[in-house]
Amino acid sequence: MRRLLILVPVWAWLLAFVAAPAVILLGIALGQSTEGIPPFAPPVGPGLVWQGSLGNFATLFEDEFYFDSLLRALRIATSTAALALLLGFPMALAIARAPRARQALLLALVLLPFWTGFLLRMGAFIGLLRDQGLINGLLIGLGVVQEPLPLLYTEGAMLAGMLHAYLPFAVLPLYAALSRLDPVLEQAAMDLGATPGAAFRTVTLPLALPGIIAGFLLVFIPAAGEFVIPELLGPSEALPVGRVLWQEFFQNRDWPLAAALAVALLVLLILPIRLFQRLESRA
Amino acid sequence: MKRGRVGSWGLALGLGFLWVPVLLLVGFAFSADRIPFQWGGVSLRWFAALAANERLIEAAWLSIRIAAGAATLAMLIGGAAGFALARWGGFGGRVLLGGLIGAPLVLPEVVTGLSLLLTFVALEALTGWPEGRGALTVLLAHGTLGAAYVAVVVQARLAGGERVLEEAAMDLGAGPFTAFCTVTLPLMVPALAAGWLLAFTLSLDDLVVASFVSGPEGTTLPMVLFSALRLGLTPEVNALGAVILLLAGALVGLAMLLLRARRVEGQGEGG
Repeated sequence: MRRLLILVPVWAWLLAFVAAPAVILLGIALGQSTEGIPPFAPPVGPGLVWQGSLGNFATLFEDEFYFDSLLRALRIATSTAALALLLGFPMALAIARAPRARQALLLALVLLPFWTGFLLRMGAFIGLLRDQGLINGLLIGLGVVQEPLPLLYTEGAMLAGMLHAYLPFAVLPLYAALSRLDPVLEQAAMDLGATPGAAFRTVTLPLALPGIIAGFLLVFIPAAGEFVIPELLGPSEALPVGRVLWQEFFQNRDWPLAAALAVALLVLLILPIRLFQRLESRA
Repeated sequence: MKRGRVGSWGLALGLGFLWVPVLLLVGFAFSADRIPFQWGGVSLRWFAALAANERLIEAAWLSIRIAAGAATLAMLIGGAAGFALARWGGFGGRVLLGGLIGAPLVLPEVVTGLSLLLTFVALEALTGWPEGRGALTVLLAHGTLGAAYVAVVVQARLAGGERVLEEAAMDLGAGPFTAFCTVTLPLMVPALAAGWLLAFTLSLDDLVVASFVSGPEGTTLPMVLFSALRLGLTPEVNALGAVILLLAGALVGLAMLLLRARRVEGQGEGG
């Protein structure tokens, strides 16, 4: 009885705002765009007549613009996650092997920029990279270049911003895996004749693997749907799916197509998400 | 230790990459020059300009109110869900409940935002509530997001074996309700507070979900900032960055103190 008192509101909330949205999203993706408020016709019309179609999904497959945006988003997410691991692994290792008392401080230093307002940090990148920005100002001042280099609105600027935003997501699970590792194991491998490199490859790396995979996925999953960073720092063509979805919704007001893009993105992310949840429940 | 050195260099490089843009943003907030990231002597004029920017202040105030409401909602729902998941071994639909409460953690923001907007539109068509979209719908959406984080924190906090304490209280004659209020709830407080802070900052920082579910009356601070950044940087943005870094630093400091208190307490219990 008392349990019900707690469980009923929680269930009601979750059904209304987590489960129902998923169903409604899929429903609207099967609907059609119309002129009106709201600007769509649901797949089930008045009198429970089925009027839905798979037309929006067909468009995603037939129109390269949409299909490529999905693939591009996966590619950008993969690059971001790989970069975050490359930079995050040595960071996590150094933190895990620092004296205990210093570890909390170092972790706080990794996390604090994460709390300083994401848009403001992207603003800092704009200030650094644009034509009149700090980096071009320095380069011109030093006589390295005559004309400002086109740094902002490039793939490089976008990846730098993505790395800045998502690096802490990679460092945390890596640190969690590496701090559980007993350094004695690697020492033992070396005592038995392994070179430091071999000991690292055969002992530390395999044992850290769950952390590496978790770190990759924790960056990859949100990065695949990222909208803000490509919009503020990335090139104006070759849009990833997050930007295309945004455009369809806010500029073209084609809600059903935006919903179909969201469903397609979810389908592509189902496997990574399930894998991540498996890893989490084991840890 | 050659690799120790590689690690230290990597750490220095990574922390530099994370901090240099942030510190430059804060440093140039004190520059008098009208072009952001150009040094024109020390000045507080952009802080004054920030304080006089009514659109920004109004949006910031709205964001803070939404964040406080959403965090409180998240604490109640996430706290209840985390408690149920950690303490009631098996109940009907436990796996589904865990999956639903955690779903917002793994869904891309554009998907969460769009699907919640469509839900609000459908709800209004069916029941007449919520009427239109604005601050209330942003609060509901952020509450749902925040609840996922609170549930994780609370569940982790209660996962230890302290259930024994509750049973001891009941053996000594306390009713289940008294045992909950005097034993379990105090145990949950640090996790609830940390979860509240987490949900609060997430709400303050969110642009994507808020943009989808908001309406004309619900322009939050990130929305104002985003449109400013799209048009170009202004020195006021630097000044705002400096203010927020200070506030965030204070909040994180507070959260760390709470967690430290929790750790010391944890050691006291021998756990």
